[in-house]
Amino acid sequence: MVMTFLRRELVLLARQKADWLNPLLFFLIVLTLFPLGVGPEPNQLRIMAPGIVWIASLLSVLLAAERLFRDDYRNGVIEQLVASRQGLMAFVLAKVAANWLSTGLPLVVMSPVVAMLLGVESAAFVAMMLTLLLGTPLLSILSVLGAALTMSADKGGILLALLILPLYIPLLIFATAAIEAASMGLPYSGQLAILVAMLLLALALVPLAVASALRINVS
Amino acid sequence: MFKWLHPLAKPETLYHFCGRLFPWLMLSAVGILLFGNLWGLLFAPQDYQQFDTVRIIYIHVPSALLSMSTYTMMAIAAFIALVWQVKVAQWSVLAIAPIGAVFTAISLLTGMAWGKPMWGTWWEWDARLTSQLILLFLYLGVIALYGAFSDRQTGGKVASLLAIIGIVNIPIIHFSVEWWNTLHQGASITKFDTPSVHPSMLWPLLISLLGFYLLMLALVCLRLRTAILENEQHRPWVRATLGGH
Repeated sequence: MVMTFLRRELVLLARQKADWLNPLLFFLIVLTLFPLGVGPEPNQLRIMAPGIVWIASLLSVLLAAERLFRDDYRNGVIEQLVASRQGLMAFVLAKVAANWLSTGLPLVVMSPVVAMLLGVESAAFVAMMLTLLLGTPLLSILSVLGAALTMSADKGGILLALLILPLYIPLLIFATAAIEAASMGLPYSGQLAILVAMLLLALALVPLAVASALRINVS
Repeated sequence: MFKWLHPLAKPETLYHFCGRLFPWLMLSAVGILLFGNLWGLLFAPQDYQQFDTVRIIYIHVPSALLSMSTYTMMAIAAFIALVWQVKVAQWSVLAIAPIGAVFTAISLLTGMAWGKPMWGTWWEWDARLTSQLILLFLYLGVIALYGAFSDRQTGGKVASLLAIIGIVNIPIIHFSVEWWNTLHQGASITKFDTPSVHPSMLWPLLISLLGFYLLMLALVCLRLRTAILENEQHRPWVRATLGGH
């Protein structure tokens, strides 16, 4: 059932390319703003790179989150799912997977370009790629949660950012700490382990909260 | 116990119950707070290193502890509201949230005022301070989420759900001083077997803490009464009680 929903999501994404291409473009534009804003000094950029990459990722994922459930809510798909009393959890998992494939995975794929732009060394680059690989699924899970909570709210967009950005903070802290440790030649497996732990915990519990948020919003 | 609790789920009963409780809670809160804080601020001894700045503890520690207990209380009310669909539990979530937000803000502000003379900085991005700041954002998020829905019922339910999700932050705040090497010191009040605060300072602190708890409960009673009236304004019992037309 998950695969059926996932195929549907991917077909929809393939037909509405702006939904996932625009956040990626936004990611690149935010990245270019930093060297222009703080100055193109290579050493300074290298020090700031982990923070810049992760903040740009958070913002671009957030941008994609707003439309996650909007169309499905408006055309009644979610109402039908809730009424039929089955498949809601599979739907949520497919949403998370599709969101990660369309926003998180491209960030991981683009990270070599980003590393080049910001002058990140190879040791730190590997850490950056690993944190993005492990951290972006968690971003997707949390943005699905935020989108579900604010689905039928009047002013969903800004509210979504206010709710979800604080929840992103722990991820931001450990991901950037891992990259910083790597750039100083220190072991960073501890930070990665915490990222995995947060991911697994969220994967186990958050879909339950998302399903009940969807039920509340259509009732 | 359920026999005793169950009638309170009825708004009218709870309204009168809170009304009876409120004067006692408020009077004792004011008395105990005055006693504890005056003792702490004027008569308790100075610290041999921190001198008079140590007196911030009599506001800072109670408000910080309260910010966490209030959140736990709110999350429990939210759980009851979602699982057993108790209306008054949902209203109490929204009655509790602003109170907890204010306690969190007080703990952050007094902490900053204490950090400046002792650590030499207003703010330090360590785990305890950051997680406490997230707690403030969570409180504000619950309030904002409730306000974003035109339907009160849905808004209350969604805000309750967020309150339950946010409970993960409470153990993080509590253990942050043990899990990370932070600037903020570890727990020194709650380890009763080996107290590291001298009784001359511990007693006024514990009394202030009790005063803060009573004040919180009194404010919750007051706000819950208002919330009940607001939500039940078209019911006959409200008109009968308030003597309106």
